[in-house]
Amino acid sequence: MRIGIPREIHTGEKRVAATPETAEQLAKLGYTVAIEADAGAAAQFYEEAYREAGAAVIAETRALWAHSDVVLKVRAPEPHPRLGVHEAELLREGGTLLSFIWPAQNLDLLERLKARRATVIAMDAVPRISRAQKLDALSSMANIAGYRAVVEAAQHFGRFFPGQITAAGKIPPARVMIIGAGVAGLAAIGAAHGLGAIVRAFDVRPEVKQQIESMGAQFLELDFKEEGSGTGGYARQMSAEFIKAEMDLFARQAMEVDIIITTALIPGKPAPKLITAGMVESMKPGSVIVDLAAEQGGNCELTQPGDVVVRHGVTLVGYTDFPSRLAAQASQLYATNLRHFLTELTPAKDGQLVVDMEDEVIRGATVIKDGHGTWPPPPPMVQPIAPAAPPPVVPIEPGTPRRARRAGTLIALLAGAAALALIGSYAPPAFMQHLIVFVLAIFVGYQVVWNVAPALHTPLMSVTNAISGIIIIGALLQIGSASMAVVALAAVSALVATINIAGGFWVTQRMLSMFRKE
Amino acid sequence: MTSGMVTVAYIAAAILFILSLGGLSQQETARRGNLFGVTGMVIAVLATVPGIRAGGLAVLTPALVIGAVIGAFVAARVAMVQMPQLVAALHSFVGLAAVLVGVASYLDPEAHLEGTERTIHEVEIYLGVFIGAVTLTGSVIAFGKLQGIIGGRPLMLPARHWLNLAGILASVWLGYLFLTAGSPHGGLVPLAVMAAIACLLGVHLVMAIGGADMPVVVSMLNSYSGWAAAATGFMLSNDLLIVTGALVGSSGAILSYIMCKAMNRHFLAVIMGGFGTAGGTAAAAPQGEVVATSVEEVANLLGNAREVVIVPGYGMAVSQAQGVVSEATRRLRAKGVNVRFAIHPVAGRLPGHMNVLLAEAKVPYDIVLEMDEINGDFDETDAVLVIGANDIVNPGALEDPHSPIAGMPVLEVWKARTVVVFKRSMATGYAGVDNPLFYKESTRMLFGDAKKMLDGILQHLPA
Repeated sequence: MRIGIPREIHTGEKRVAATPETAEQLAKLGYTVAIEADAGAAAQFYEEAYREAGAAVIAETRALWAHSDVVLKVRAPEPHPRLGVHEAELLREGGTLLSFIWPAQNLDLLERLKARRATVIAMDAVPRISRAQKLDALSSMANIAGYRAVVEAAQHFGRFFPGQITAAGKIPPARVMIIGAGVAGLAAIGAAHGLGAIVRAFDVRPEVKQQIESMGAQFLELDFKEEGSGTGGYARQMSAEFIKAEMDLFARQAMEVDIIITTALIPGKPAPKLITAGMVESMKPGSVIVDLAAEQGGNCELTQPGDVVVRHGVTLVGYTDFPSRLAAQASQLYATNLRHFLTELTPAKDGQLVVDMEDEVIRGATVIKDGHGTWPPPPPMVQPIAPAAPPPVVPIEPGTPRRARRAGTLIALLAGAAALALIGSYAPPAFMQHLIVFVLAIFVGYQVVWNVAPALHTPLMSVTNAISGIIIIGALLQIGSASMAVVALAAVSALVATINIAGGFWVTQRMLSMFRKE
Repeated sequence: MTSGMVTVAYIAAAILFILSLGGLSQQETARRGNLFGVTGMVIAVLATVPGIRAGGLAVLTPALVIGAVIGAFVAARVAMVQMPQLVAALHSFVGLAAVLVGVASYLDPEAHLEGTERTIHEVEIYLGVFIGAVTLTGSVIAFGKLQGIIGGRPLMLPARHWLNLAGILASVWLGYLFLTAGSPHGGLVPLAVMAAIACLLGVHLVMAIGGADMPVVVSMLNSYSGWAAAATGFMLSNDLLIVTGALVGSSGAILSYIMCKAMNRHFLAVIMGGFGTAGGTAAAAPQGEVVATSVEEVANLLGNAREVVIVPGYGMAVSQAQGVVSEATRRLRAKGVNVRFAIHPVAGRLPGHMNVLLAEAKVPYDIVLEMDEINGDFDETDAVLVIGANDIVNPGALEDPHSPIAGMPVLEVWKARTVVVFKRSMATGYAGVDNPLFYKESTRMLFGDAKKMLDGILQHLPA
């Protein structure tokens, strides 16, 4: 089948749905790949590279769409400004489209696509379960948005992030508050921490505390108990009391911090308003707020979606195209997500697309199958992020209680002493002298062997092999016997003991000479 | 040579043996230690030769020459991967020698002992032959299992503990017959029957033990061979044999103890055998999907990492990948990547086996670290390569109290940023336990023969 990648037409959109690398990998899956001229130019992927990767470059938009059985896009189809036709009409009858769709917000788009008898896979509807992570374009994009949010904040912030003591005076570190510790929030924490800022973060889901701390931020806690974990890895809407406690916390923090990055979203609802006009006013002049929820209305009351504004001396960044502002990186990750999805859809690697509605992941992302609406999918079966699991129970050794063990040691000691006493009272003195030697030698061996480096345990075994060949002494003492049977036995034991001695020492030396320092 | 001089020589030999074990405490002194051992052995033999009764030398010389040639030939030819087999084979020789010397000592017409001394002497012979016979056949079976001649699965006879007990009781009863036999060589039959029973006992003991427990078995047999030598020493009233036997015996016992501790298992439980056949079902089945990766991705990962830890297991030895591992390590270190090795105490089939294999492949020993030295560093590690290891990196041992290997100390590789597991397939390890590591989000699986995969990676690394 043929895959086509048209140029994005949304104003300001710089991303592209395939890179030369993924184009090559798609070809390996058995597909013929074609790309519209200049589709990747804004993301620094040029025609030459696509050609080298084996993709055809088609200049004419209509020809590309008409040529393609499967179309890969970034933005949902929209009216084409130059051709005067909706992109959905360009898709061939019965074709397949993989792209961001946002089905809840774009019901009329779904109707248009159904009319084309299309199969549509919405990359924003991939179920958030661990198996689907490599397909999760939302996470890829959120990761980029979080990073870019910090870069934008640094751009509009008039000072350093890290604290420094210079000859020209002391510079305090920037204080950053991040609201919402999803993928974007965590990426923002990492980036801000990496730049040297002091980072705090808040999230309504207490189980993300560890993740926040592992990225280098302090977790802001409320004196209030309420679980905020909803399905699908998102937060749910909280009670009025909780929101009040939360707002108090933000109000206190707003007076302290220099930068606020908000990432709070509730699925299917406008973004919650967390930063009020009053809080903005209370912030120090020169502070920056980056509102990653601007597209859904913004977490800050004063955010202007798509724009940067200054209110009360605070810069409010309300861009809605953060991933596109890092077009090369975003394209690479998104194209890889698409490539993974196509791998799932091409089980035989023969270039034939199979939409298996039994597969949980494919079912979840498919919003139209052969012209029939299949959205919304049944609810996900697995909780994606495990709720705060009880701390793993470290198995306690099922051994006997201490007292019993001590009693056992005592009994063993007494038994040993009794046995020795018994031997002592019957055995001849010569035997007792050997016994002294024997017991002392065991203790010497014990002391010496514990000091052997674990790396040398194999040489230890081979050298003990060699010295246990000392049994040859026994054979030597017997070999001159008058009895032929004894001589024969002694000869054989001398022979095998010599094998041990020669072999053991030799192989030990061979091994030891291999150990070398750098 | 006077008997006084012989004793002095024996004291010198005993001290040299102790020094030779002591030398192994550090790499720098290890080779010198081995030479001490050789010196001690030469002194001991030379001091004994003049005491040989007439005509003995004519028989002795060829025996010594043949033995030395065989030993040297084998030692020079053996591959380091086969060290466990060689060690097991050498144990069996000690066992055999102990049996032969014991029987010969009983037959020796020149021994004239009466009363208690005679009884004690005969008990010593009996014990020496018993331990020697168990060591002999046990080691032969261990050799067969390690060499792959005999399957690694534990043999589970019904009522096997009773069989062992019956064997021991029968030996005790035969011992009574042996001691009370009237005529000079009348005890020979009970002695021979007991030796046969002890041989069967040795076979059965080791047959019941699974492949993963081989390190314990080999070190246990090491210990037995020492006790056999010590028993021979008592029998011949020879203190040098007693000292050496005790040294070897305690050395093997300590190694067994260390191995058991590294598997969090009781020594008796290992010896009773049968691990890997029960309890595996109780562990929670891990959830999630394994993520496969490619040679290119791993090469890329390594090229961009700063801290890399390689965890080798027996699988590395099987696919003979240590040379490629060493070359990859050299190239990465030349690029400034800090590559180190993490060795679990029971990795491989012999204590310290992995260290020897890496040394053979010319990996410098100062970057090969023990579990306790490196376990704290995984947090800071960018990439971990697990090559042919499974149970020793199983997080279930710490996280899942129902796991059959719960409580076993393991290398905590999952704390690293990325873990790449080289594996032939999704089969379980020797313990038969599923490994939740494979399902962790930071884990990537590289399926295929470890050596071929590493060869591929090597092509992506600049020479």
